[in-house]
Amino acid sequence: MKNSLTIETLSNGLKVSLKEIHTAPIISSWLWYRVGSRDEVQGRTGISHWVEHMQFKGTPQFPANVLDKAISREGGTWNAMTYLDWTAYYETMPADKIDLALRLESDRMVNSQFDESEVASERTVIISEREGNENEPLFTLGEAVQQTAFRIHPYHHEVIGDMADLHTMTRDDLYSHYRSFYVPNNAVMAVAGDFDTDQMLARIKELFEPIPAGKEPARLARQEPAQNGEVRLSVEGPGATSYVQVCYRFPAASHPDFFPLSVLDSLLAGPSNLNMFSGGISNKTSRLYRALVDKEFAVGIHGGAQATIDPFLYTITMTIHPKRKPEQALAALDKEIQRIKEEKVSKEEIKRAMKQARAIFAYGSENITNQASWLGYAEMFANYNWFETYLDKLSAVTAKDIQRVANEYFKPQSRVVGTYVPVDGKA
Amino acid sequence: MSMNKQHSSLPGPNDVYREVLSNGITVLTRSNFNSPSVVIRGYFDAGSLFDSDEKLGLADFVTSALMRGTKKYSFDEIYHELESVGASLGFSTGVHKSGFHGRSLAEDLPLLLSLLADSLTQPAFPKTEVEKLRAQIMTGLAIRAEDTSDMASMVFDEILFRGHPYSRPEDGYPETIKRITRDDLMKFHRGHFGPRGMVITIVGAVKPEEAVRQVKRALGGWQVKGQKEALLLPELKLLKKTVSKHHKIAGKSQSDLVIGTNGPMRRDPEFMSATLGNNVLGQFGMMGRIGDVVREKSGLAYYAYSSLSAGTGPGSWEVSAGVSPQNVKKASDLIVTELKRFVDEGVTEDELADSKANFVGRLPLSMESNGGVAGALLNIERHDLGLDYYHKYADHVNEVTREDVLATARKFIDVNKLAIAVAGP
Repeated sequence: MKNSLTIETLSNGLKVSLKEIHTAPIISSWLWYRVGSRDEVQGRTGISHWVEHMQFKGTPQFPANVLDKAISREGGTWNAMTYLDWTAYYETMPADKIDLALRLESDRMVNSQFDESEVASERTVIISEREGNENEPLFTLGEAVQQTAFRIHPYHHEVIGDMADLHTMTRDDLYSHYRSFYVPNNAVMAVAGDFDTDQMLARIKELFEPIPAGKEPARLARQEPAQNGEVRLSVEGPGATSYVQVCYRFPAASHPDFFPLSVLDSLLAGPSNLNMFSGGISNKTSRLYRALVDKEFAVGIHGGAQATIDPFLYTITMTIHPKRKPEQALAALDKEIQRIKEEKVSKEEIKRAMKQARAIFAYGSENITNQASWLGYAEMFANYNWFETYLDKLSAVTAKDIQRVANEYFKPQSRVVGTYVPVDGKA
Repeated sequence: MSMNKQHSSLPGPNDVYREVLSNGITVLTRSNFNSPSVVIRGYFDAGSLFDSDEKLGLADFVTSALMRGTKKYSFDEIYHELESVGASLGFSTGVHKSGFHGRSLAEDLPLLLSLLADSLTQPAFPKTEVEKLRAQIMTGLAIRAEDTSDMASMVFDEILFRGHPYSRPEDGYPETIKRITRDDLMKFHRGHFGPRGMVITIVGAVKPEEAVRQVKRALGGWQVKGQKEALLLPELKLLKKTVSKHHKIAGKSQSDLVIGTNGPMRRDPEFMSATLGNNVLGQFGMMGRIGDVVREKSGLAYYAYSSLSAGTGPGSWEVSAGVSPQNVKKASDLIVTELKRFVDEGVTEDELADSKANFVGRLPLSMESNGGVAGALLNIERHDLGLDYYHKYADHVNEVTREDVLATARKFIDVNKLAIAVAGP
């Protein structure tokens, strides 16, 4: 009854994770699909995100305009997100209303219409979303850096897709992407909150088991070869502020080095929070803040990585101080990177990083939506055990491990350095 | 699920403890032992209302500098203590009040409160730190000047609240920030910071009596002579006709648009009918009627919604959208047409019923985290709503009628007297 975890795979391959939490009369339900921007070929970049938008456009049972109102009427919140490796849909509802969410998700796993006129109106909405992104210097810089870091691997484009493809993709492209990836055997259903596990499991079976398994979708698997030499690039745009992004290669979440590198990230740039619903803490005593912001090379510094299936990036972003040049900030950053490679970090620093990680985990457990999210999220790049043993794996990290991974991963030859050059309204 | 359970998840007189300390600080606290963490939030009477036009941004500069060094600790020492235990603490500035928010593991609450007290009562404003902070603020303002959404909101406030303190951005302008001296910071702190009017909420894994004891230990002895009284707001001059302004920002691929007018104050009797009406107009489902017309039917924008901002003084009721520069006129016309329909016809019985169900149903969700509950307690105290406000919330919502919504819409919205702000190419 109390905070119990149940994991079961249904006969059609849908994996179901249930966790009872009886602290508030709330249930959060998440449906995770193993499809993201890494599953897109050129000409169809952005298709996973667009399909996610189309999932709000209705089925015969829940026409567009009916389903959003139905959720709101019951006092629920819902949303969806698309990322590199996955697409997720969630509803957090008053406990006695969760059935609506379950019916809706089982329905739109197979019955979305992708009406031609809805596709047309959503095309301009997504183009508008991309134009909004393009207003941000860090989007244009990040996009250039990412496509430079990945020439072979499909992590090379932004989740929203290239403008050229947003103009040309067709309704049939979208529908076929939907039918290929939205099958029960390619999904994880995660529910946490105020329910009885037996009843919840029975209802999920009743709604989802009639959906036949599909062909196991093939995922693109073109591994990025090693990078042999630093690449530098610049992007120009309006404004008065320069930014520098430095990206190193970061291993897959399931790789053992992910954990010493996470501690290293905490020391360098402050603890990162991998989830979406609980926030982090400030980073004003991190090594990079002290070396770059305290010393006035930058006015802000951020560093972090993502948990991904294949190796992705560790990204350091510096907002350059108005009196400094990007090269000066980069030189100061390089000095700090060199220091962590040469000098072993103290036990106190590691202990501190552990306490920070524990606190961030505690903040996350205040929130049922967040706990339900982790049940499925961890499955998208590893499994739930990855999440449950995360703190233990961090606490096993030694100073020697940190020094080793710093030398192995933070190599100048395998990084991309991008600079945003402001041209003050003349772009 | 029984109604009882629903009730017990909402804060009320049975589980919220309130005490006013002898120096005037009000403490509100509610326990939650489901997670070993704790949140603090609060406010005090030192907002940007006190800033002169010449030195606008002073209050914000002061609150931003509080943790940059105190008589006891350096900037680095303060953050070392805080970050070493995974805690956070920060200050922010509004027009009437400045606020703080922090969180930690429950075992570190004494540390969090002692850092809060030290920053509030003993800031040293170290010279070098003040200059570093100034450079950071100036960069923030340079980034703001390029942000179409920030600039559209700022221009909207300038039009709607012209001649009134609400027309001014709390964080000032580059030229006003340059004028502020370290002496100004110290003087502002001496004159405006004090326990009178301060409210602090603590929500999390701590018993009420223990929370109050800890606040007393940290801040119970704080006394300030001559703490300045809150200022009265001048009367607002309403717009006599629609005023539009386009603020040019070159090189951008999207423009932001804000269209609106004045809204009720939080304590106005029309507040609930206005928020319910606003929900129909531009929130419910996928951004309400506005979202339906501008996004779903016309595909003109990724976001288009309406919002109501109701506080101590006159509020605003505005519609915001991000659209392609060539579609600004089209989107703007659609929005004004929707506003007109809203004023002419009001809302339907079904729409109102939906919004009522939405408001009542989502309440437990908004109290999911300690931060959500702390925000609710501050809302109760700030607007004198009564500790049983959330228990009676459903009644307040359900007593609103269609006629109330229509009368409220007509009282506040006149489509011939709108403020229209655009920022973009």
